[in-house]
Amino acid sequence: MSGVAVPARPSRPSRPGAPPGPGRRPGAGRENAAGWLFVAPVVVILGLFMVLPILMALWVSLTAWNGQGSPFRAGVEVVGAQNYTRLFTEDSLARQDFMTSVRNNAYYVAFVVPLQTALALFLALVVNNRMLRGKTFFRTAFYFPSVTSSVAISVVFLFVFANSGAVNGLLGLFGVSGPQWFSDSRGVLHLLLSGLGIADIDAPPAALTSGGPFGLTWWDWLSGPSVAMCSIIALVVWTTSGTFMLMFLAALQDIPVQLEEASKLDGAGRWQRFRYVTLPMLRPTLFLVLTLGLIGTWQVFDQIYVMSQGDPAKTTLTPAYLSYRTAFRDFDYGSGAAISFVLFLIIVLLTLAQRWLLRGRGGGRI
Amino acid sequence: MTRPDRTGPRAVASTFAGYAVLVFFALVFLYPFVIQVANSFKTEADAAANALSPIPSPLSLAGYERIFAGTGMPVWLANSVLVALLVTAGRVFFDSLAGYALARLRFTGRRGVFAAIVAIMAVPGVVLLIPKFLVLNQLGIYDSYVALIVPLLADATGVFIMKQFFESIPVSVEEAARIDGAGAFRTFWSVVLPLARPALITLTILSFQGSWNEFPHTLVAVQDPALFTLPRGLADLVSGSLGAGTQYPLKLGAALLATIPVAIIFVVFQRHFVRGANEGSEKG
Repeated sequence: MSGVAVPARPSRPSRPGAPPGPGRRPGAGRENAAGWLFVAPVVVILGLFMVLPILMALWVSLTAWNGQGSPFRAGVEVVGAQNYTRLFTEDSLARQDFMTSVRNNAYYVAFVVPLQTALALFLALVVNNRMLRGKTFFRTAFYFPSVTSSVAISVVFLFVFANSGAVNGLLGLFGVSGPQWFSDSRGVLHLLLSGLGIADIDAPPAALTSGGPFGLTWWDWLSGPSVAMCSIIALVVWTTSGTFMLMFLAALQDIPVQLEEASKLDGAGRWQRFRYVTLPMLRPTLFLVLTLGLIGTWQVFDQIYVMSQGDPAKTTLTPAYLSYRTAFRDFDYGSGAAISFVLFLIIVLLTLAQRWLLRGRGGGRI
Repeated sequence: MTRPDRTGPRAVASTFAGYAVLVFFALVFLYPFVIQVANSFKTEADAAANALSPIPSPLSLAGYERIFAGTGMPVWLANSVLVALLVTAGRVFFDSLAGYALARLRFTGRRGVFAAIVAIMAVPGVVLLIPKFLVLNQLGIYDSYVALIVPLLADATGVFIMKQFFESIPVSVEEAARIDGAGAFRTFWSVVLPLARPALITLTILSFQGSWNEFPHTLVAVQDPALFTLPRGLADLVSGSLGAGTQYPLKLGAALLATIPVAIIFVVFQRHFVRGANEGSEKG
């Protein structure tokens, strides 16, 4: 996070935040008032609809409020940390749903982040090729999905992945009969294990189904994303790659041409040039793209709401959608709020971990 | 070892491969939109049987007729236009005011305000669903235009972008105006703002796109279909709570209507989108 600290201006007679006293610039009082007047609308709106809500939700997450009346009335039952502990320690449906949603989202992240980063980098490299014409057109084409409404795009993909839709039509041309994407809850890792003959998906090994951490069996944890989730993964990779391609393109254009020429003269092949010249220069952008990807993918919501609502068999349930559903469908606002704070924590921790990793590697301007 | 670089069969082959890759991915990225447009003009039977075909046969406007006659689409469209215009105007004005103050005016607590803006930018949007609902409910404005619009009138990222921009223009111009006795707002409005055109265009476009596409906020701000914006109406149409069944031509047509305004703006103001994407990224 660049520029958190406003650069100090030691030459000024009055620093911001300095107590008023003798020797202040003339008109400093007026400037003070003007400053606050200028930021007032933003401070009021963000304070009222960003900061205050978080504090209120923190309180609600400690209660069993059901949406009736005000959550700040005297009669609302306070349950303390129970909404949180229930997600981790109690053997309950709440924990099972939460852990299922974490598993689903973790697989989703594990697929989307590498795929979209690799695709974005690949597209940027191809578009950046100086020998090719029509760059602007292709750049526009690849970026266009990123700017459209997530809801509208989800509707299109519902149709594209429908049973008689475009994807299955295309697979049909190659003699493959495609799955019923949105009603197929089988995990792809299960299918893979089954296909390799290691484990049977219809009769999983007892060693894996008899127990496991956090209320899910080992077999459940090892499912991989479901077939239904794969269609959402495809959609998201398809929509977000364009944005990240632009970031890579900007970075590629900053690489001095001489560097590339020099490595060519040294007899470096195409792959060597990429591996030892281009990639190290792209490292800061690569980390930025990975971080933004990691933060974004843990927040997947719109696509789930429109395409699957957590179905089939809860295999597309994610913490964000679960928190929404718990609050607004089951009217358990306390648990819903608790889930969103746990999600918040996951995202913060991942961001911090990424920052910490960056530190040692000269992550540049991030 | 010889390396024929810019001419010769190897270079031709590599150029050809480059175009092949580009065209393949252009198809991958654009064909879903072709399918969307084509199928919105098909009959339901045709859409179900020939989803891949880009040509409707027969051409049918039934989907669109039902969009306008049988759904709340006209109202949603009007609401979306209203919300997008007001939110864009609000964000451009308020964000640039605040961005200017944070960049140029020295006032007590400036660092604190800026630190808070940066912190708010890092708050993931989806964790605010329940919190926002709580506040709107508590303030008694849930399910109203006020709830739909006012919380979106300012955004932290916009303030950040404007602050960065104002810091990049030379102070000398303003100081001349100040010496002439112009107040802070006069200086801002008639001297600084005209210089900020490129940043204002970027912010306008980002705000319009953001508010036109906004979905989660509408989910927790309103529940009356008469207050829905397009994405909200579309989502409920598709997820079945408004009972539309599998009518794909209708749904795809409705999704197309939600896409067109942003698509037009994107094509016209392309380079500003590109800049916006990269500026938004630098916040890290």
